[in-house]
Amino acid sequence: MLCFKLAWRFVIARKRPMFLSLAGIVFGVSFFVVTQAQTSGFEKFFIQTILGTNGALRISDRFQDTYGTVEQVDDDGDTRFLFHSREGSLYHEGVDQPSLIRDALDDYPELLGVSEIIEGSAVLDTGFRRKSIVLNGIRWEDHLQSSDLNNQIIQGTMNNFSSDQMGVILGSRISQRLGLKIGDRVSLVGGTGNLHLRVSAIFESGVSQIDKNRIYIHLITARSFLGSSSGGSVFQIAINEPEHAPGLAVQLQSSLNHRVVSWQERERVWLDVFKALRFSSAITVSCILLLSGLGMFNVFAILVIEKTRDIAILRSMGFSRMDISAIFLWQGTIVLVAGITIGSLFAASGTYLISMIPLRIRGIFSTDSFVVNWDLNHYLWASCIAFVFVAVATWIPARRAARIEPAKIIRETL
Amino acid sequence: MDCSQKNKMMPNGSMRVENLFHSFSEANGTVKVLNGVSLEAKPGEITSIAGPSGCGKSTLLYLMGLLDRPDSGKVFMGDLEVQNLEDDERTKARNHFIGFVFQFHFLIKELTAIENIRLPLLKQGKDEYSANQKANELLSELGLESKAQRPAYKLSGGEQQRVAIARALANSPKYLLADEPTGNLDSSNSEGVFELLDRMAKQTGLSVILVTHNEKLADLSHRKYWMEDGRIVI
Repeated sequence: MLCFKLAWRFVIARKRPMFLSLAGIVFGVSFFVVTQAQTSGFEKFFIQTILGTNGALRISDRFQDTYGTVEQVDDDGDTRFLFHSREGSLYHEGVDQPSLIRDALDDYPELLGVSEIIEGSAVLDTGFRRKSIVLNGIRWEDHLQSSDLNNQIIQGTMNNFSSDQMGVILGSRISQRLGLKIGDRVSLVGGTGNLHLRVSAIFESGVSQIDKNRIYIHLITARSFLGSSSGGSVFQIAINEPEHAPGLAVQLQSSLNHRVVSWQERERVWLDVFKALRFSSAITVSCILLLSGLGMFNVFAILVIEKTRDIAILRSMGFSRMDISAIFLWQGTIVLVAGITIGSLFAASGTYLISMIPLRIRGIFSTDSFVVNWDLNHYLWASCIAFVFVAVATWIPARRAARIEPAKIIRETL
Repeated sequence: MDCSQKNKMMPNGSMRVENLFHSFSEANGTVKVLNGVSLEAKPGEITSIAGPSGCGKSTLLYLMGLLDRPDSGKVFMGDLEVQNLEDDERTKARNHFIGFVFQFHFLIKELTAIENIRLPLLKQGKDEYSANQKANELLSELGLESKAQRPAYKLSGGEQQRVAIARALANSPKYLLADEPTGNLDSSNSEGVFELLDRMAKQTGLSVILVTHNEKLADLSHRKYWMEDGRIVI
């Protein structure tokens, strides 16, 4: 406690250099948190959007039977086969027997919802305008379990759709392009012929590619339109821990003999972009913290030189080498704790202010303001990085201070 | 240092050095500073060590005060031979049995007068209250009670040196090692400091070892050594 009190007095007696050290840490910590809150905010929002739109897992094409060769025939007639990897193997398009797949999926408690979807291409025709679209035939009650479609509806209601077998839910950009509103009639051209649909709702996922191409109709209507009684489907699956999707995909793929793609694999390009941005900003801000650390090292190195005589006196009074180290380490700790505390307050205020900045984004997701992620881990990471830099910045001078030989210093001072 | 250790190490009696040798390594080679110095400083007395600059007086004092290690020879505190103690033990011995006063007072400028005096007591593990009480006693003994809360750097030279003496006496040492304590003071302040040390020695049985250039002060000491070229000559 005595060492802490001395450290405190030394810190408050050197206001300017300590303030500069403190400012470096405050700036570094707050900047780190704010940049991470932004980049991870956009990333998290993007993930929520794509999970809500396309689910965590998609089961699609069936593998061709795995190619196997006879590896060995024993004397007793037992045969061993070598089965080749599915890497590069061929697929049969679509899910072969959806009902069997669905039954098999019931054995997986980690699945939150399973939606069978039949996909196909068609043209929407209003009589005045036509547009190519991707139709998704869904069982609405299943699809709501595996998607965020209900919350994506911006006009009309899900009830309109569920009560109308010929209802259609349009992507927002399609409705704009074709000038359609709730209750309007529209023709679906292609497949087995024409189908007359009524606009039940309009959704906006925020993903422009989906909003301008996708429509939802009832599964049974889609089957009839596309002329397939079964097959050609995909399954969209929501799971309770989306970050475990890749492992589950491998497991499902091997047991169902169908291609299963996790959201991480499906959105790898964008996720890599976000990852690169996050790392880039983390490296940039860590450099700021490193510079703060170097500044602090400088301050403490000078402090040790300035305090050499006092160190010698303290040693002559009975302070041990460890006590001397402790005095300097406490000074670093005081500046570090104050820096992290003030930096975190600035970071929280800055993050809040940034979240208020208007910013219209349509493309990979839809937002009208900066998206930020309030994550305690950002504060912990910033604190850890600051701790490492400050620890090094103070430990080296503290060690040097502890090694000072009092007799030599006193002799040289006289 | 707990009580049992302290009692075990409690030195009683004179401080003695026997046949001390010490040298420094420098760029040009080794410089011999002490060449077989022996002396004794008795309790309740002021022992002065005088001599020209560079004769090894201060080095001898630092060896006696366990701030440095001799090349050879022995240092005794009472019956205890202390020159080979481990670093930790030397640190504890300085805290419990030795007080230092230097020419340039060496107060910690960030602290007030009373805080400087309390330092060795708090380091010994005394609580704030008893440390304050002892520090106040010393301040009033030295006529500085009104300066207790004044920052060290705002005191005059004489006042600073008296605070430094109070700090050296705070832990009730057995030995007070003073390196030119009056070297930076005018004659009246110098005499005042000497009288103070003499009084403390008589009152408490303290053994004062005084390194000085001031022959007048050296003459006033109970025991006087004269050094030249690293040797005691008188």
